[in-house]
Amino acid sequence: MNAESLTDLWLAYHSTVAFIGLNGLLALSVYATLSCGQLSLAQAGFMALGAYASAILTLHTSAPFALVLAAGALLPALVAVPLGLPVLRLKGVFLAIATIGFGEVVRIFFVNLDYTNGALGLVAIPQRTELWTIYAALAAALFVLWRIRGSRAGYALEAIREDEAAARTMGIHASAYKLSMVVLGAALAGLAGALDAHFNFMVAPANYSFARVVDMLVYAVVGGTTLFYGPVVGAAFLTLLPEVLREVGGRVGLQPGPVRLFVNGLVLLLVILFLPNGISSLPRRVRRWLASRRSAAHAS
Amino acid sequence: MLLRLADVRRTFGGLRAVDGVGFDVDEGEVHGLIGPNGAGKTTLLNLVSGLIRPSGGAIALEGRRIDRFPSHRIAALGITRTYQNIRLFPALSAAENVLVGSHLRREDPLWKRMLFLPGYRREEADAMQWALSLLSRVGMEERASERASNLSYGEQRRVEIARALASGPRVLLLDEPTAGMNPSEVASIAGLIREVARAGHSVLLVEHNVKLVMDVCDRITVLNFGKVIADGPPAAVAADPGVIAAYLGGEG
Repeated sequence: MNAESLTDLWLAYHSTVAFIGLNGLLALSVYATLSCGQLSLAQAGFMALGAYASAILTLHTSAPFALVLAAGALLPALVAVPLGLPVLRLKGVFLAIATIGFGEVVRIFFVNLDYTNGALGLVAIPQRTELWTIYAALAAALFVLWRIRGSRAGYALEAIREDEAAARTMGIHASAYKLSMVVLGAALAGLAGALDAHFNFMVAPANYSFARVVDMLVYAVVGGTTLFYGPVVGAAFLTLLPEVLREVGGRVGLQPGPVRLFVNGLVLLLVILFLPNGISSLPRRVRRWLASRRSAAHAS
Repeated sequence: MLLRLADVRRTFGGLRAVDGVGFDVDEGEVHGLIGPNGAGKTTLLNLVSGLIRPSGGAIALEGRRIDRFPSHRIAALGITRTYQNIRLFPALSAAENVLVGSHLRREDPLWKRMLFLPGYRREEADAMQWALSLLSRVGMEERASERASNLSYGEQRRVEIARALASGPRVLLLDEPTAGMNPSEVASIAGLIREVARAGHSVLLVEHNVKLVMDVCDRITVLNFGKVIADGPPAAVAADPGVIAAYLGGEG
């Protein structure tokens, strides 16, 4: 193996690892609102706001990167308040549609904004994101979600997810909790957007389409939303899957193109069909299966 | 007067589900609310707990109007409830359900929890202890860690009562707590209701089991077609010709 292919390998590996982290953050941002039972699909819009805000700061000021990232998280979090107040009155599919609308409004706003070069977007953004920055952000997000679990607020969120009206008659201020989680989700999406912008050198409206939100949602669902780290597992799995199929599939003679996409879709379908609580529920399932086998062996 | 309803009305389209209902619930009183199916009993509980708003009239707790308040505020002022079609949080354990019920009496140690500051573990242990003590009050301490959805019907009803008591309410609204129970379970619920009242909570009890209502209630209000047709001590209500007619049919 020559030096050039080693460098290639590193570059490929490096960006895959980065994308796992970024997609993990995005999956957590969807999970934040899912954790109290709300399907909000505004995440691509929040991501765009964070990406553009941070890119503009980097291109036009000499602000330190930490400040740029903070701004990227803060702007969408602030926008989430006036957005969340009215739309959280909606439930289920109506909430989903209203938040998709918001995402599209943001995207079309940037398509038409001359200041950021419209549909072409901003280019030549200095690469300031390192692998460790991404994973530090991911670790911080996981830490916060981990500490919320099992707290008074964590139980309130679970209660709202299970039965919102019953939760309210227990004295839980459901709309305040839901709004907090929308704000947290917006901050995470904005942070991921800012990190992404400074990793890929560019931001363009096409990166923040509806398809992007669907990807995030699929990460969360495939990974599982009953455990707080499930969405990250899902993001890692689905980001790696095409890479693994390329490597392994190439060796076993799997042709590139439609066949590989088919396998990708098949794996997704199998997970959803047979692991309704996501990949992250697999260890528990295996343990339970082993335990039941053991007790069956004892009985016979 | 703890809880006062005055000329409370609620219409659904053209239907007058609750049509000018007024009665009082005193401190520590077990107040029965009975009436044939569709008389408006559950609607009335939904109005008092703030799940729906009245179309007219007033509901006051200790002289303070609460009928425009959202339900979480009404709960904070001291009115909690159970549901006719049990609404526990199915994925949570019995103890966790009661823990959610104690939301209002807990301080929020989330930031302390984030920073691992001392105090949060203590607060959480105390809250769990309180939840377990309530479960033992309703005789469910042995099933504390069972998922709510795995509990039997009668057990779920008990946990729901514990959950509603967990915030230390002034008024407890019970919506058919003995529906689907066998006679021995009914007897133990009756004992529980008396005990709750002795502990100083007022109870507004919607119930179809007439014997239970006669046994445990200090006062009974009878509804029919959204209107009060009788109000008084159990013996007087049982002898009321209007009530007998409403229950047995025929001309009042």
